[in-house]
Amino acid sequence: MEVRVENLSKNYGAVQALRDVSLSFVDGGLTAILGPSGCGKTTLLRCIAGFLEPTAGAIYFGNENVVGLPPQARGTAMVFQNYALWPHMSIFDNVAYGLRLQRLPKDEIRKRVIDALNMVEMMVAPDILERKPTALSGGQQQRVALARALVVRPKVLLLDEPLSNLDAKVRQRLRVELRRLQRRVGITTIYVTHDQEEALSMADQVVVMDCGEVRQVGTPEEIYRKPTTAFVAEFLGVTNVLAGTLMADGKTVLAAGTQIPLPEDVPASSDHFTIVFKADSAYILQDQPVPEDAVTFAGELVEVFFVGSTYRHYVKVGKEMLLVDSPFRVSGPQVKVVVPRAELQIYPGAPLGHDAEPTCSVG
Amino acid sequence: MNRVKIARIVLVVVISFIIFGPLSSLVIWSVAEKWYWPHLLPQQVGLFYWGKVFQGRMMQALQVGVLIACVVTALSLLMTVPLGYVLARFRVPFKAVVLLIFLLPQAFPQLPVFANATVYLYRANLGGKVPGVILIHMVGALVYAVWTMTAVFKSIPASLEEAAINLGASRIRTFWNISLPLATPGIIASALLIFLYSLDEFTGTLLVGSPFVLTLPVFMYNASQGYELPVASITALLLMIPGIILLLVLERYLKAEYLSSFGRI
Repeated sequence: MEVRVENLSKNYGAVQALRDVSLSFVDGGLTAILGPSGCGKTTLLRCIAGFLEPTAGAIYFGNENVVGLPPQARGTAMVFQNYALWPHMSIFDNVAYGLRLQRLPKDEIRKRVIDALNMVEMMVAPDILERKPTALSGGQQQRVALARALVVRPKVLLLDEPLSNLDAKVRQRLRVELRRLQRRVGITTIYVTHDQEEALSMADQVVVMDCGEVRQVGTPEEIYRKPTTAFVAEFLGVTNVLAGTLMADGKTVLAAGTQIPLPEDVPASSDHFTIVFKADSAYILQDQPVPEDAVTFAGELVEVFFVGSTYRHYVKVGKEMLLVDSPFRVSGPQVKVVVPRAELQIYPGAPLGHDAEPTCSVG
Repeated sequence: MNRVKIARIVLVVVISFIIFGPLSSLVIWSVAEKWYWPHLLPQQVGLFYWGKVFQGRMMQALQVGVLIACVVTALSLLMTVPLGYVLARFRVPFKAVVLLIFLLPQAFPQLPVFANATVYLYRANLGGKVPGVILIHMVGALVYAVWTMTAVFKSIPASLEEAAINLGASRIRTFWNISLPLATPGIIASALLIFLYSLDEFTGTLLVGSPFVLTLPVFMYNASQGYELPVASITALLLMIPGIILLLVLERYLKAEYLSSFGRI
């Protein structure tokens, strides 16, 4: 089922939770909606499920605009962060609920429930059907919740931070299984998460949202390697963000005492620029010659932390503190931070600032 | 170890005395056939008054009281289960006002409120009749019922209902299949509170019902007014029994979540 939203807006009084969102979701694939809390991602999901009525815009399932249809008539199935299994019903009754609503014959219900539980690898014990959900671990409960959603063969599968309540180990494993399962059933899936690693590793398409707006849509690789806005770049990974000002020649930006020529595809449309690069794309040199196609910041090595997979270097350049990840420890104090030009992103406009108040106030 | 044991026994005895000490005089009075000052204990002990009580109007008062309590409980639940659900789940305009209206009769001294209500009930030809007493009990019972039912439904996560709606269940079906079964322990707890309130209610019953409708508290009041202290004591003891039994049951059903969601309605 192809799912599209067009010019979708949702207001709560004066607060705009969604602002003119237009998206198309991968048919049969997994689209992750990624963003900080309050970015509107859950609002978008609930509009698609029908729990919220958008203020304006359209939601298409295939060629049908489903805005105005009650949630019961939309044929979506949702998996919730808190599992939302019914504690007074057995596992069987939980999974069978949707099928009983469709008044299917008993034999078929039983067969499909068992199939679904097999699919999520929950037919682990002979008495599993009779057990109550509270007797299961969090990971097992979420598997059952997934079976309950899949058993009705929904047109669209909606997942609202389904792994957020689980501990890291279970989360890692379920991530892989969920991805495999989704590929197998081929149901158009919309996955809301605030965890960028989860979004990047699972999705065919990632939508980054902020302040009720879509900031970027792309494959995980595109989002990670070529963020098109400063927000996306900052939100993904350990990132350095510098404020730059346009120099008098209109072709060079001055940031942290270093002149950076503006790339040709970035117009000199603003006096202020945001310069972004990832901690692992830069490296540190001492006296060695600097390669040509790179930008250099001269600074003072303040601190080095071993963070497991890498050494994280803190280099003070003017007033700014830069982070550089390197597989080996470099000693200071005077060092050069070198960033290949291709790894440096420049956006017009001043940076948002790490500790700045969010510019939007979305519930 | 022994010292700890002894200390524990002493503690239990002291606490028991504090709890049961005042009640012991009721027990003694209930079996006192003759007890004059300055004797410490009754001169003559027997079950004369127990027999008298069980033959007479007291049993009738008990029956009437239980009947009224049952009707009050049923009516209150019938009204407040749907109302509590709506108040907990939907954005009701003037929600605070609705809840406040139910609280209002409790905000003023009971006696003038009930005395005033009595005038109206007599005017409506309900004074001195069981329906009148039921109505006056409802005034107090609905307060407990609305507030507890709203808290009970609030304590059920909305996502449990959304999961059912999402799979195709109607609102009403979701209420019957999901919300109501999950709220049952809270509804039972609420029902017990209402039942006990009605069984023990005195002021309103006396004003509206007397002398035609007698419940146990009014009966006890009359008995003690007539210096029939043994009869009053027996009635008091009997009145305690349902309370103790129901509170033991209540303790099983009343969950901490309900209490914690009580304030944030």
